[in-house]
Order: sequence, then C-alpha cells, then structure tokens
Amino acid sequence: MGKIDVYPTTAWSAGTGCHGGCGQNLHVQDGKLVKIEGNEDHPWNQGRSCPRALALTQYMYHENRITQPLIRVGERGSGKFEPISWDEALDYCEEKMGGIRDEYGAESVIFVQGTGRDIGGPITFLAYSYGSPNWVQLGLSGHSCYTPRLGAMKTTLGEFAVADCSQFLEKRYEDPEWEAPEYIIVWGQNPPNGCPDGFYGPWIVDCMQRGSKIISVDPRNTWMSTRAEYHLQIRPGTDGALALGMVNIIIEEELYDKDFVEKWVAGFEDVKKRAAEYPVDKVSAITEIPADDIRAAARAYANAKQAAIQWGVPVDMCPDGTAVAHAISCLWTITGNIDIPGGQVIAKPAFGVTAYPFTSEELADLYGKDLVERMNEKRIGADQYPMYKHFRGWAQPDVTIEQMETGDPYPIKGAWIQTANVIGGQAARAKFHYDAMKKLDFVAVIDLFHNPTTMALADIILPAATFPEKNSFRSWWTPMDSIKKRVQVGECRSDWEINFELAKRFNPEGLKRWDTVIDYFDERMEPSGMTFDELEAKGGWAMSPEGPGRPYRRHEKGQLRADGKPGFNTPSGKVELYNKSFEEWGMDPLPFYTEPAQSEASTPELFKKHPLVMITGARSNLFFHSEHRQVPWLREKEPDPTVEIHPDTAKEYNIYDGEWVHLENDMGHIKRKAKISLKVKPNHIQTLHGWFMPEAEGAEPNLFNVWDFQVNQIIPGPQNSKSGFGGGQYKTTLVRLAKIKEDA
Amino acid sequence: MAKYGILIDYDFCTGCHTCEVACQQEHNYPVGLNGIKVTEYEYQLANGKVKIDYMPFLTDLCDLCMSRQAEGERPSCVKHCQTACMKFGLTTDLTAEAATRPRAALHTHVPK
Repeated sequence: MGKIDVYPTTAWSAGTGCHGGCGQNLHVQDGKLVKIEGNEDHPWNQGRSCPRALALTQYMYHENRITQPLIRVGERGSGKFEPISWDEALDYCEEKMGGIRDEYGAESVIFVQGTGRDIGGPITFLAYSYGSPNWVQLGLSGHSCYTPRLGAMKTTLGEFAVADCSQFLEKRYEDPEWEAPEYIIVWGQNPPNGCPDGFYGPWIVDCMQRGSKIISVDPRNTWMSTRAEYHLQIRPGTDGALALGMVNIIIEEELYDKDFVEKWVAGFEDVKKRAAEYPVDKVSAITEIPADDIRAAARAYANAKQAAIQWGVPVDMCPDGTAVAHAISCLWTITGNIDIPGGQVIAKPAFGVTAYPFTSEELADLYGKDLVERMNEKRIGADQYPMYKHFRGWAQPDVTIEQMETGDPYPIKGAWIQTANVIGGQAARAKFHYDAMKKLDFVAVIDLFHNPTTMALADIILPAATFPEKNSFRSWWTPMDSIKKRVQVGECRSDWEINFELAKRFNPEGLKRWDTVIDYFDERMEPSGMTFDELEAKGGWAMSPEGPGRPYRRHEKGQLRADGKPGFNTPSGKVELYNKSFEEWGMDPLPFYTEPAQSEASTPELFKKHPLVMITGARSNLFFHSEHRQVPWLREKEPDPTVEIHPDTAKEYNIYDGEWVHLENDMGHIKRKAKISLKVKPNHIQTLHGWFMPEAEGAEPNLFNVWDFQVNQIIPGPQNSKSGFGGGQYKTTLVRLAKIKEDA
Repeated sequence: MAKYGILIDYDFCTGCHTCEVACQQEHNYPVGLNGIKVTEYEYQLANGKVKIDYMPFLTDLCDLCMSRQAEGERPSCVKHCQTACMKFGLTTDLTAEAATRPRAALHTHVPK
C-alpha cells in the first residue's frame, strides 16, 4: 500500500450530485479515493460535510457504475448494451447527429439537462457548436427552478441577490463588517436539508446560532419551522398572495424605509396601489394563515434593522412563479434590505468570471452569427413566451415535449441527455414524456449509473466522471474554486471533456484556439488575473477583491453601473418595482396572485374527488433528486419511499403506519409506504420525488420499477403563465389515498 | 472514569445523518453498524404547536475516533456535523460548557 496523499478540491455535482461549493479533502492512495473529509480551510463549509460527500467512495466505486461507453445492441428498452471505445462512441454520435442536422436541421436535436449545477457550460458548448438552439430542462414544467426568481430580480434590480450569511467575506462570521440578520424569512425551504442555487443550507442555522430569528413560510412542520419565531403555515401555491399581503401591511403601517424608497425605488406608488388589493383578511382566507400571524411577521421583518429572505423552489412552482418572485422581492426592496450587511447581498460571480459565455457578441464569435439568429427564430417556445426570447436561452420544456409529439412546426429527432434522468426524475406527465421520447431516432445519455432513462431510451451511453475525477472550475457566486482531477475510474470522462471533444468535431474553426479544457478555463478565468494552475496553487479558492464583487453598499459607491455613477444597474439607476421589461414583453409590470390550477376554489368538483393536496419535491440530505438510491450508507437511512400522512387523515382512510398505499388521481396512481406524521396538516400529504429501485430489473417493462414509484406521472402538465416560467404543479396537485387491494 | 465525551447542543441537530455516515466512513462499518445514531421525536405542545427534535446518541461501536485523536483530529462525526452542534473534549470542560446551553446533552463515553 502506497502512502496517502491529501488533495483539497471543491465538491460540485456528479458524486454528491449537488449545486456544490464545499471544500473537501480527497485522501488518495494508489490512485484510488480511500476517504473524503471536509476542508477546514475552505470558507464555504469550514470543514463540514454531508452524507452524500462522506459516502463518495461507495458511489464512485459502486459495482454497478458505468465505466465504459456502451452501445445498445438489442431493442430499445431491452437493456442490452455492449462496451465500445470512446472513439467509436464519439464517431457514432457525430454520424447520427450529423445525419439529423443534414436532413432536418440542427434544431431537431435537443440538449437536455437536469437541474443547473455545472452542466450549463459543457452542454451549451456542444449544443451551439452543433448548431441547435434547443437547450432545455426537459420535463421540468414551466422551468420552475430558480429561473423565475432570477428573471424577476434581473429585470427589477439589474442584479441577483441572496440572503447575506457572510458568504462573500473570507473571514465569514468573524468579519466585523458582517452583521447577522435580525430576522430571516425562510420562504419555502428547509435549508438544513440541502444546498440550493450557490447557497450552503446550513448557513441559515449558523445565523440562528448567532442570533437570527426565523420567519418560516412552509406548509409543513420542519426542524426549521418548529424553531421559528413565526411559522406561517401556508396553503401550497399561495405565496404570491402572502407576499403582496405583507407588502400591503408594511406600506399601510408605514413601516417601509422611506429614505431608501425615496432615493432608490421606482414604481413604489404603483406597488402600493397593487398591494392594496390584498388586504390581510383576504390574504388570510387565501393562504389559510391567521391574519394576526401575517401582521406580526410583516412587522417583525420590516422593523428589523437588517433582515434577509432565503427563498426556495416552491416560489417558482407557484402559478406565475415569476410574478411571485417579483412580489417577494418587493419586500426586501421597500424595507431597504439590499446591499447592506445581514440583508440581501448582491451576488455576482467571483471576479466576474463566468463558466461560459452569455452575450450575443461572445456567442457570435464562438458559434457564428447564424447560430445567434436562429436562437430566437428556432428556439422552441421563444415565439410564444417573451421571457424565453429576452431573458434566458432555454427552450420551453412543456412546449418542447408537445412539439416532439406533434412535429409542429418542425420535427424533433434526437436528444442528447446529460445530467438528467428525465423519465425517473423531473418530468411532470412522465409517461407522456416516455411515449414521446421513445419515438426519437437518436438518444445519447451521459450518466454514471443506469436509471429508467438510460434503460428506456438510450442508444448510446457515455460514462461521466465524478468531481475527484475531473478538471473544472466554479465561480458561482463565490469563491472562485479550482477542481483538479486526482483519480481515474474506468474510462469515465468529465462532461467538459466529452463535450469539448465532440464540439470540436462540429465546430473546429470556432473552437480552434483551445487545445484542452484547461486552455478554455484559463481564458474564462482571465478577469481574475489567475490561471487555473495559479488558483490551484493558492489552495484552490479565492474571493473577489474590493469592488463590484464584494459587499456592501456598492450602489452608493458607484460600483454597480458601467458608467460608474451611484445607483443600481437599471436604466433609471433605481430598483424598478414597476417592471418595464415585463411591460414591454406583454406581461403585467406589477406582481399579482394566481390561484393554483387545482384547488378547492379553482376545481371544486375535482377537489371533492381528490381532497388532499400533494406536496412533492422536498430535499433530502441522503439523495439528490433521483440519485444515490444504490449507495448502501445512504439508502440504509431511508430505504423506502414514504408518504407523510397526518394521524387524523390516516384514521379517516383506515391506514396504519408502515402500510403500503396508493396515491391516486385521474392520471394514475403510485405506491408509497405510509408514515403517520405531524409534519403535515390533515389536508396535505408530502412525498419525496425521484424514486425508482436500482436493485430491481432494469429492462422493459420494469425500468427499475419506475412506474410504481415515479410521483411525477400523476403531476399534470403545463400551467404556464404569460412568461412561460413557473407554475409546475409539483406542490399543488390534488390526490386521494387508497388502500392497496391484495390480488385474490 | 469517563475522561472524554461529546457535548451535543441538540436543539441545533437537524437530523441530517451526516454524523452517521461520517462514522461509517471512518470505521468502514457496513450497513447496519454505526457508532452514532440519530433519533427523531415529533410531538405537540400544550398550545397545539408541533415540535420536532433530533438527538444523536453514541453506541458501543463508537471509539471516539482514537486513531484520529492521535493525529490531533476531532472525531469524524464532530468535525463534519453540518450545524457544528457537536463538541469533543474532556468531560470536565464539557460539563461546564453544558451548563451554559439551554438544551444540550453531554454523552460521556468510555470506548469498549
């Protein structure tokens, strides 16, 4: 046995699977990872770790991991694959994708990813080099994950903002500039259970230990909500009404920050008028939260010297998620909680470095003017949904799957699926996705394990690397981290390497200035004045220096605008609560509330039949979405898919704890093990998504028993607002419970 | 007797299972064996509000990570705890510290 070397790195995606950012130390012996530990020198997690990171050796060296490229040799779904070489695999992809491009146009191949993480760079690199504008989180109805929130912030504030937990300061909680938020509104999230969107969930707990009080907006009772000063136990999907109601109270009672509003807010009077349509009694009736609690929470937040809001994906999953995010952002704006210690801190990528280009100029330079023109002409949904055209370069997921089925206005023939288990994961109407995708001429899946998607659809599977096996870098939001390859498992390659090589085949001219992915990283990292190797030599992380990338009060110092004048990065220099971009795009310029598509109020007949609101999509420390069920140390802690049922409801349905039951509606049913729990209200049930059984038969028709357990097969399809962003019905679908009848 | 112990400020234990997997990795314990285990209790207060508490306890499979101590490292569960609610030390020191916390538990432990 050789000696053990310890290498610091940053955990980001495959392996832990998450949005990442933790400093971890890799203990490597004889070319193999033998242990992983939190890195105490890294400011993000300060030595801490999580179950998925600590179980990494079981994940990386799992006997069922795919470690060679595989080509399908039987019928689609037969589960018959054979190993081939990387050259053969990439030749195959090049030939098939080239054929579709010649016959139908490059837009007929879609490029599918799961939740963001580190895939945006590699997947757009390939999609755009190939010539397709269709990059999509296929199945994620309404793209209901962070994009609605980002859209609302960018168009009003000109920036993105996050709860300030000192994450932009090297010394963290010890930095004298930082102050703990007096209150944190934890809106639709259980932060100890996960690390979303460039944010380490336990930071909220760190703040609590330093005096922050919590206002929890959550339909469930969680560790966090039961320690909150105010728990607003909201009816799922009604967050927009609550936010507007709180805005109204704060304005009516003159608790807002008059100086800040005077100096830095445009459209205050318009918001005041709109919010007045949401008096507290009306809001209380909509949200099922007592009016006194809403008042008390609004007052506590507004009266705090500094207070922050940490929000989660339920905001996006409300009908008109973008408008809901807009409403919530009004709270921190009118109370002046922006760009101050312990408020919302303006979040910019470290050193202004981004992993991949965004601007039309950069895109034209790399991929040609033609691609940029086709982005808006051919991108699916861009003609229907203005935000897809103007805000972010996605194809609209609900429209994409409809188009796959109809072939109108052009056929979709191929899919490159990377970091996404569409069939077993994010796809609302999962069976509709399955049926539509079965008809594709070409499907490549890039993954680490077999799952329902590889089994049902893949013609070819390319084995991806975990973070200890790859070179990468991260600048979202802070610090900037280098991720250096330390071990090799089988023939696995990083997403960057796979896509870089294939992209070069499709676009040799545009990409010729880089020989390796490190060359590309070095160019992206130029604004930092460091190369990849230089950052690695410094310990693998660095934070933005004084300037636009470092808090606080940048709007007063003239650090946010290109012209160097004080103010925010908007046309008026103010936070534009009256959203002119939305107005220009044919949307409501002011925030508003929409009732969920299924509810007692909107579908009373359906409600009689299916009286329980099913909440899905919570986070688990053990599993990242549909991953990790095959890891023994993790699965042991939660072996079965459960459904939380209130004791009164269990009694009504005559269900005992531990009984296997059906959750059903007009779309079908799924199986869950009953967990009688006070975590949910009597009229709600809660269940985790992403379940399939990796230990079961993978070939059709089983597909790892996905159709027994995939909750998203009973989640309906689009309820898209005018923006096309938000409204996936993952938290508001009506169901009923049913006992499972034994076969006679 | 019990020279060392682990103080757990259990009001901040969120039940995340990190300590359990940290222990299993450190000792290479297979599924079913663990030096630490987290329990959960849901209950209703007199005012009707629901409360959820978590509490990790040490088992006979805990050796207080003796081999890590020799290298100046804390036990793996303590180091990796996501909310930093665990502290390793001399029971005499921890007893004093426990008295300053509203809801803490001191686990004395003599490895078998």
